[in-house]
Amino acid sequence: MIFFFQNLVNALQWGSFYALIALGYSMVYSILMLFNFAHGDIFMVGAYVGFGVASGLVALVTAGFLGLPNWVILVLTIIISMFITSFVGILVERIGYRPLREAPRASAAITGLMIGIILETGNLALLGARRLSFPPLIMSETYNLGGVFVTNKKILVVVISIALMLALDQFVRKTKWGMAMRAMSYDYVVVPLMGVSINVIAPMTFAIGSGLAAAGGVLYGVAYPVLDPYMGILIGWKAFVAAILGGRGSIMGAALAGFLLGFIEIFVTTVFPSTLRDLIAFSIVLVILTFRPHGFFGRPYSARLRL
Amino acid sequence: MKVKKGTSARKKQPSTFRRFFSGIPALGWLLAAFIAVLLEYYIGDPLSEALGLPKIPVLFGVVVMLKKPFLIPGAFAYVFLIYAFPIAIIAKITAPITNWLTEKVFRLPLMVSAVLHLLFLYFILHLWSDVSDYRLLMLKLTMIGIILTLSLNVINGYMGEFSCSHPGFMALGAYTASTFTVLLFVKDRLFGPALLPPGLGQFLFPVALILGGLVAAVGALTVAIPSFRTRGDYLAIISLAFMFIVKSLIENLEVVGGPRGLSSQPDWADLPTVFVWTVLCVWTINNFVESTMGKALNAVRDEESAAEAMTVNTRQTKMIAFMFGAFWAGVAGGLFAHVLRYVNPGTFGIQKLAEVLAMVYFGGLNSVFGSIVGAVSFNLLSEALRPLEIFKWIIIPVLLILVMIYRPTGLIAFRRFNVREILRPKSGTKERV
Repeated sequence: MIFFFQNLVNALQWGSFYALIALGYSMVYSILMLFNFAHGDIFMVGAYVGFGVASGLVALVTAGFLGLPNWVILVLTIIISMFITSFVGILVERIGYRPLREAPRASAAITGLMIGIILETGNLALLGARRLSFPPLIMSETYNLGGVFVTNKKILVVVISIALMLALDQFVRKTKWGMAMRAMSYDYVVVPLMGVSINVIAPMTFAIGSGLAAAGGVLYGVAYPVLDPYMGILIGWKAFVAAILGGRGSIMGAALAGFLLGFIEIFVTTVFPSTLRDLIAFSIVLVILTFRPHGFFGRPYSARLRL
Repeated sequence: MKVKKGTSARKKQPSTFRRFFSGIPALGWLLAAFIAVLLEYYIGDPLSEALGLPKIPVLFGVVVMLKKPFLIPGAFAYVFLIYAFPIAIIAKITAPITNWLTEKVFRLPLMVSAVLHLLFLYFILHLWSDVSDYRLLMLKLTMIGIILTLSLNVINGYMGEFSCSHPGFMALGAYTASTFTVLLFVKDRLFGPALLPPGLGQFLFPVALILGGLVAAVGALTVAIPSFRTRGDYLAIISLAFMFIVKSLIENLEVVGGPRGLSSQPDWADLPTVFVWTVLCVWTINNFVESTMGKALNAVRDEESAAEAMTVNTRQTKMIAFMFGAFWAGVAGGLFAHVLRYVNPGTFGIQKLAEVLAMVYFGGLNSVFGSIVGAVSFNLLSEALRPLEIFKWIIIPVLLILVMIYRPTGLIAFRRFNVREILRPKSGTKERV
């Protein structure tokens, strides 16, 4: 039992990265019916921006200009890097997705992929191939809760991610902007005729998604303090899988599927040799999609003629 | 509207440049290229020395220009003297003769003139690649790229699914073919001594490739069967999951070397072999997409329900298309493994996927000609820009984004690859085909 709860804690932390990134995929999908394939790399950019902001703040504090405790620095880092990275998202929308709104959907997927490569290479060209280590903002402390070991970093990651998800949920449900987004996801042809501009809503969606990915990136940096330019690829594709698994366009589905994927991966690695992680995780995904082709929370879409 | 008028007016009156070269048949171009390559073969070394180049520029001088800018005039002069000028002049001068010859050959069955042209083309490529090993390797990889691009175009272009599983199919083919050849014909630390005399191997190499293709085709069923119930994004995920599963499976199979990879494949994928397989692939895929089955693929892409109402068996069509595409991807993988003589599972990852997708969407969807153009230009470009190091991976994506923005379906999309039209004599009256 202790074994189970121990892994549950690890899985919650690992799944919250997937969930935070998957939300961005899912939101963009619900508006534009397109996936933002540069999203994994936006996560990477977020982590690097967070690195820059955190290092800057730490330098200011040690130089004596600011007197801030470390947790304030962390919160500030998350907020500032979310804000900065959201502009990267807007840029991606402007360059890669707006010109291709009428084009075949696969073309936009290609531009997204290519923007992702540009972000990686740009990073590599700017900062070089060396790995950076995230400044240690909080000291790791381990609590023993009845045999289950929990670090404060894990609690922090899970709590902040869930708080962000709840905030997003409230935003989408309660505010006028959220209503506009929901309307747009319902029908992006008619709703612009009602005075809601898609050229405002789409960049906003990209910005919010990128902001969440940036928060994920900073938290990732706190939990695993090594950054490299290609860190976003694999985690991004897996989060994409989670977004689909949750049902396309479903925000709650994406979050839950992100956690589910984290659970599968962590439990597979503890029970089986860790090299089998991708094999088993993706086989489970394949089986789930074979029996539930529209994901957990997606609307079944089938106008098929069955003869 | 204005733009349309402009282009149609331009079409009526081709530029002088185009008119100057309009009467030259394919044979004329081949002859001219042949002579250019011969020129390079015999006087390339002294000429490049005279122009101050360290050696014969391997890729039309682009690499030299990017590496050492002060050699630009020399490289330009070389390309002009060896390629541009002789090709243009010879093609123009010999046009009457080549037209007459083409006309003679064209009366025979189409197969005869196609084979003749291909033989000629092969000689040109052989001579061209004889100059350096680098050219030879690049040529082989480009041809494998053509096979890959065509086979992905069957699924992504003609059937309109977004399949991401091609590296997986390729890996299946590469590993099956390699295991076959290494197990049977090579003394190796993994599989022990050769089971059959190595002299026999050269003849059984096609069997290895076909076996690789068949295994890939069977693997494609994993993707094809879920595609009955779903399409679009879910299929993209299923195929992506398939790719990860194959990669991970091979990493865990210690029998074939696991993550360290499989090496010591025999050196049987020489230029003639790769060339013949490429031609076979272009020929079969072109016939496939021009057949009723190919039209059924387009029908499934455009409107599945309507296609079903018109008696297209959509399930069978999807399954055949997937297996057919995967077969050729497997063959390409087998060739790839034997060209590089080393494979590891990491080769067949997301990087490869991005590369193959880029080739398909750069060249053009739904078009055999576009696939060839896409594969060749992408490979040439990525080799030519190699001196720029990592900036290459900024320039190529930017180019691709521009292509996507201005031509969302690729450079040469939706064009038929008409062999008769390419090979016909181009003199005087235009023959109706």
